[in-house]
Formats: sequence, structure tokens, C-alpha cells
Amino acid sequence: MRGWLRRNHWWRPLAVVLVVLALLLTFRSLYIPSDFGIHGSFTYNLYRANNLTEWQSVTVKYQGREFCGSCHDKNYKSIMAGPHSVIQCENCHGPGIGHPDTVKKLTPGNSQQLCWRCHVYLPYDGSGRSVLPGIEPGGPHAPLGEECYTCHNPHAPQLLPGAQTEEGGS
Amino acid sequence: MSADIPESMPHGTETSPAVQQQPAESGARRAVSRRDFLKKTGLLAAGILTPAVALEVIFGLKGAGAAQAEGLATAAKTTPHWQFLVDTNKCVGCGFCVKACKLENEIPYTLNASRTWVERHVITKDGESHVDSPHAGQYGFTEPEIDLGEGKTLAIAPEDISKAFFVPKLCNQCNHPPCVQVCPVGATYKSPDGVVLVDRKWCIGCGYCVNACPYGARFFHPKYHTAEKCTFCEHRISKGLKPACVQACAFGARQIGDQNDPADPVAEVVATRRVEVLKAEFGTDPQCFYLGMDAEVR
Amino acid sequence: MVHGEIWTIKELWVLPNEYIIWAIQIVMYPFMTGLVAGSFVLSSLYHVFGIKKLEGIARFALVFSFALLPGALIPLLLHLQHPERSINVMMTPHFTSAIAAFGIVFSCYFAIVAAEIWFLYRRHFIDHSRYLQSLGKDRTFGQRVLQLVHTILTLGSFETSEESMRKDHKAIKLLASAGIPVALFLHGYAGFIFGSVKANALWLTPLMPVIFIVSAVVSGISLCLLSYIIVSEVRSRRGRRRLGKGKLKGAAPSVDISVIKMTSKFLLIFLATAVSLELLDLVFRGYTALNSWRILKDALYVRDFRNIFILQYGLGAFVPLVMLLLPRLTLRRTVVATLLVLWGVLMMRYNVVIGGQSFSQTFAGYMHYKLPVIPYDVERLKEGLVGALIVFSFPMLLFYIYSKVFPVFPRQPHSPD
Repeated sequence: MRGWLRRNHWWRPLAVVLVVLALLLTFRSLYIPSDFGIHGSFTYNLYRANNLTEWQSVTVKYQGREFCGSCHDKNYKSIMAGPHSVIQCENCHGPGIGHPDTVKKLTPGNSQQLCWRCHVYLPYDGSGRSVLPGIEPGGPHAPLGEECYTCHNPHAPQLLPGAQTEEGGS
Repeated sequence: MSADIPESMPHGTETSPAVQQQPAESGARRAVSRRDFLKKTGLLAAGILTPAVALEVIFGLKGAGAAQAEGLATAAKTTPHWQFLVDTNKCVGCGFCVKACKLENEIPYTLNASRTWVERHVITKDGESHVDSPHAGQYGFTEPEIDLGEGKTLAIAPEDISKAFFVPKLCNQCNHPPCVQVCPVGATYKSPDGVVLVDRKWCIGCGYCVNACPYGARFFHPKYHTAEKCTFCEHRISKGLKPACVQACAFGARQIGDQNDPADPVAEVVATRRVEVLKAEFGTDPQCFYLGMDAEVR
Repeated sequence: MVHGEIWTIKELWVLPNEYIIWAIQIVMYPFMTGLVAGSFVLSSLYHVFGIKKLEGIARFALVFSFALLPGALIPLLLHLQHPERSINVMMTPHFTSAIAAFGIVFSCYFAIVAAEIWFLYRRHFIDHSRYLQSLGKDRTFGQRVLQLVHTILTLGSFETSEESMRKDHKAIKLLASAGIPVALFLHGYAGFIFGSVKANALWLTPLMPVIFIVSAVVSGISLCLLSYIIVSEVRSRRGRRRLGKGKLKGAAPSVDISVIKMTSKFLLIFLATAVSLELLDLVFRGYTALNSWRILKDALYVRDFRNIFILQYGLGAFVPLVMLLLPRLTLRRTVVATLLVLWGVLMMRYNVVIGGQSFSQTFAGYMHYKLPVIPYDVERLKEGLVGALIVFSFPMLLFYIYSKVFPVFPRQPHSPD
């Protein structure tokens, strides 16, 4: 045996490679999670199976208008009666997660910026925008800095009683 | 959901003893010197094991074929296959969908990247196409000027417009996702319900998937430093809820359906009406379908 | 800030998530692997094909190639957002990805070069270990460490018989020939990484791996030619100084101009091939004028004109081509020409990697790359000018350290100089 080793020194680099490979494979068997594997095709379904569960257990933040309506019955009914019934409460009020326990109040932001999202006039005949009532920001109907809700109730956007109409526009 | 994932068959481990046995038998029959025999066995075993078993044992590609057949069978029976339907005729460009997406999926709100976005396409009478998506459309489109980047804008007179519309975009959850194909470590994958997901604990952050996506659906999450993309709100749809963007859309421009559910109205639209997909030429088989699409949209 | 935003400036219609995310380190990566492959091929020309004129440069090129190897690895580690997970590429390789094979191919190549060096320097390790041992108890601490290192490097074999030396030679020849395809594969597949991205209109071409290999050989030959001239000059000057002004005859020979002339002919052939292939690609894109051409023509001919046609083809290919073709080639002219060729190859990598990401997938917008120069933060350090310079200079430092253990020029085994 000693003699063979002496004569065949040129196997030694290969032995080093094999030892490194063995170490690597040992490490690998400890390193890879047991749920990692091919769950379907190799091309598209090589993954750690628990990751799917991790994604599915992400916290839901937007609760939906029924959740809001379960307490705020009056507000819920008021918006559901008008043309804004298609808009989710949380679009303007923000996601309901944590409310009312940790987040006490869900106050909508700047009303102009919220209303403008749909109601700035854009001359786009082919889009849904063209069927919505449109205003010109800073124009006579919507002076900058003026909150829209001084004249319009966002839940029932028809003019509030007593609000002045100008050119009879929107 | 995870119970539906078939256990993979480790047939790779069965191969190795068989391979080693063969030379042992032939070696016993022939009268070969022990040393010589050991040497040859070692060589042969190494020679055969390296290419054949290396793939399966060394790299853990356990029983691909068997698992695939099983996986497909169960997937077809029980799990949904999600499809998205966008009706561009209905979109008003309010951007509530983008806002909802960012808040629901914990993408920093001011980050200049988003899982979903809304594009404005204005085609003028001279045939020019002007497109923008300022802040991914998350604040809505409240300016008539087109954002040209670098702080420049372009005003277009209403009489010059020949057509204009909004196009919401998101990950197409392709059936042949190039992003998954190029992931070197198996950190992104097509889940059994058809959604392409990223494993934030396994992604090495090479960016190959980001470059491989023809739709620009991917970016790097600034907190996790891993590839980030739309999940169709996997955490919501797996609980029977709608994705945040679908719920936030007041006009029904965004809808989601299950291809495997015969009663699903959205899947029925996709199946029975003339729908289009984006960049079909890439052979990705996108699962987002569009109504009212225009050739100008890329 | 989203990754890539630091160095990307968007113009016109670019998708919200589009940024240049493969930045300067991905320019450095194919450039460095090209140098690795090129210098290995050059050393193999002597070890496999026995081109005697290259004897003086063969060991040099091999050790240089070994020192350059980390230069192919570090840019990737600096580029990764999770370098600590880089081992995943070896642990769970997803072979449908062109990157997945990197760990394996790189390791194979590393093993081949390391083994070849071992066979080449085995005798030296043994002799030096014995020499240091013979110094006895008077050895300094440094000498003890060196002795230990050399003894470990012998891998426990002190066999120096005539027969074993013959076997070493055989092994070197075998490894050198096995290394050529692996070296070319290591580089050709770097081209495949780009050429197979169907989402990128500029990268998508089957010519990409071929172009990458040919330009790798170009850069490798240039670098070896350059370093051969420099090192030979330095050595001959040092030799002259040591021997004194009167005894010029016994000094180390100066550069052999015939070697330079022959090598530069090889360089010319490969350079011409590389440029022809790249121009062929350009002509095809213009002629077929697919959808993407509407943005490509503007990106190539207008926006990147200076980078592509002046800095890459003009300064990096045409000028050195003329310089090498003109009669009566001088050393100085060769040095300038090889430097320009290296520059041209670096610019080619830049124009492919950055150029490919400089236009939007919408074909209606552009992205400009601004190389971060001052490292205000880690990201600007890793993927900026400083990071690139680290990548380039680290192999040089490594080569200096290696050359202490593996003398790159043949010398008397025991001479304690």
C-alpha cells in the first residue's frame, strides 16, 4: 500500500477534490430544507414548499366595506344609496387593519387629491374617465386649497343644501 | 394547500446501489487481482455516478417525472388556476388599485417601483403615441400633461388627441414564466394555483429574473433585498378574498377568476369572449387577459 | 430607494419597475472571465502544443490565470443582493438557468488549474520544503511558516524519481488540454447568460456566446502579451543592474521580438473575427428591422454612438488593428496596441451589458447609466468605480502573493536569493 501511494502520487489532487466534494455534499444534506424539491416540473416548480404557506399567511390589511358596515351602519347606508356606492370605504379612509383597536380613527386625506383621482377632467373619450363628471383643478368650480367636502358630501355627492351653484356645471 | 403538494419520489437513491452492484458481480466472475479490481470499480462507479446520479442525488433533483405527473393530476382536480381580467374600457385612471396594492403588500409607499401600475396612453392625430405612469399611477392621473421623465412634461391639446385610455398592468403569472426558468437557485416558482411567487428566504438577489421578465413586473424589495412581484394577493385569494387591487377598483376594470371553476363568471369571459394578452410573441402564455386592448400597448 | 435607482436616469416612457440592475460589476465579470480564459489558453499553447517560444510566458500565464479566477467571482459577490446566500447556486442549482452551472463550471475550472499548478510546482514545493528544513533550528518564524506551507502543498508526497517527473509532465499536458474546453465553456456560457434573455432585444442573439469567446481570446492574448513585455523588460533591466554595466552579455535576455510578432498575428486574426461577428450582428438587426429596431437604431447609432463606434470599434479595434498591421512592429507600439485592445474589449462588455439595459421594454423610452464614483454608501461602493477597481486590482495583489510561493520564471531550485 505504501509503495502504491509512493508511486501514484498523481492521484493526490483528485483525492483532495473528492474530499472537498464529500464535505460539500455533507454540508449540502444539512443545509437544504427538507421541503425543498421538485413539486411538479423541474423548470417551473423547484421550490421550498413551506414558502407557499408563508405567502398565504401574510396579514390581510384591506378588510372590505362589509367589515366597515358592521359598525358604521349609518355611514355605510349613506354611501350605498348614492353613485359612490361602487367605491370601497378603505379607498379613501385607508386600510382597516388594526381599527379600531390600535388605529383609533381612519381619517381620509386631502379631499381634493382624493376626488381629483376620478373627477379631474381629461379629454379621453375612449376611457371610463369620460363618463364621470369632471372639473378643472384651480378653475372656478374648484379653487385650489378649497376642500371639496365644503360643498359636496363625499358619501352623497349631490350638492349639500345651501351650497351655491355657479355656472351650473357638474 | 400545502397538502396538495405531492411528496417527491427519491428514485435517485435507488439507482446508486444497483450501479455499484454490477461491476462487483463481473469482478467476482473474472479472476482479477484485488487491487486492480478496486481501482477499476472505483473508476467505473465514479464514471457512471457522476453524470447520471449527480443530477439526482448530488443536486437533489428527486424523481422529477413521477412527481410531475402526480402534481399535475392533483392540481387539475382540486386547486384553482387564477386568471386576471382587465377591462381597459372601464379604467378611469384613479390609481386606487396601486394605492391598495402598495399598502396591502407592504411596499414602501413612496418607493419608485410597484407590483402593479396604471399606464396612460394618449395617441395623437399625427400617429404618435404618448405614454406615462407617474409614480406608477398611485396618486391617480390628475394632470393633463404627459410625464416625460427628468422633470419634463408634454402638454397635448384636446383637439390633437385621436384616442386616449388607461391600461392597468401587473404580473401576468405566465404559464411559461421566463423569470422562473432563469432563477439559478429555485427561489421563484409557479405555485399549484398558477401564481408565480418568490421565496424571500432563498433568493440570492442576482436580478436575472428581473431582466428576464418581458413585462417589467419585477423589482427588488428595498427591505428584503429580494426579487419582488405581484402575487395576485396570494394571502387573500387563498382565503376566498379578492386581491386588494380588484377590491379597490370601483369600476370593475380589474377582475380575477378561477379557470378550474366552471361557474366562475370571469373565467367564462376569458373563455368565451375575444381577449388579448400582452406580448404574446414571447411565448410566455400570460394569464392576464385584456378587453379593449390596443396595438399601441406594449 | 429601489435597487438600481441610484445610477439610472429615466427618459420618456420607461416602465415603473425598469432600472439598470446589472451594473458595472456585470461588466467586470465577463471581462475578468475573458482574461482568465485567454491567459489559460495561452499557457496551454506551450503545455499542449509545445510552442517552444512561449516557454518563458507559459508558467506566468498559468499562475496569472489562477490569480485572475477570483476576479471572476468577486464581481458576482459584489453584485448579489444576498451574497451570503451565494452558496445556494451550488446547493440547489436550477439547471434551466444559465447562471446555475456557474458554481460547478467555476469549481471544475478551479480544480483543473490548481491541479495543473500542483504538478508544475510539485518539485519546487519538495525542494523548497527540504531546503527550509535543512536550515534547522536557526529558522526564523517566517521560514517556519513557509516550510509548513510548502510541506502541506506537497500533499505528503516527496516522490521525485525520474519516472514520477515524467508522469507529472503527462498530467500537466492532460490537464492543460482538458482545461481549454472548460475555460472556453466558462466564458462562452457567460455570453449565453445574456444571449438567452428573450426579454432583451439587444442581448437576444445566438451569436452572443461566440462573440464573447472570441473577444475573450482577444483580451487574454492582449493581456499576456502586455504582461510578458512588461515583466521581461523589468527582469532584463534588473538583471543588467545586478550584473553591472560592463557585463551585459550574461544578463537575462530582453524581449524576443519574434515572439511578439507571432503572438500579435494571432491577436490580429481573433480581433478581426470578433469585430466581423459584432458587425454581422448589427447588420442583421438593421436589415431584418424587427419591432425592436425602432429603438435599437436610436440607441446604437445616436445615443451610444460615442461608446460603440468611437471608443469601442474606433479606439479599441480599428486603431490597434492598424498599429499591428503596419510594418516594423516595435515594442512600444505593441504595448499601446494591446492596451487599446483591452480597452476595446472592456468597452464591448460595457456596451453589451449597460447598452442592453439602456432602453425600455416599451421601445419608447431610455435609461442612462451614471457610474457611481464616490462611495457615499455600501451600494455605491460595491457597484461603483471603487468596486470595479477592487475587482481589477485584487487579482494583481493575489498574483504577487502567489508568485512568492509559485516562482513564475524558471530559476535555480535552491538559490536563496
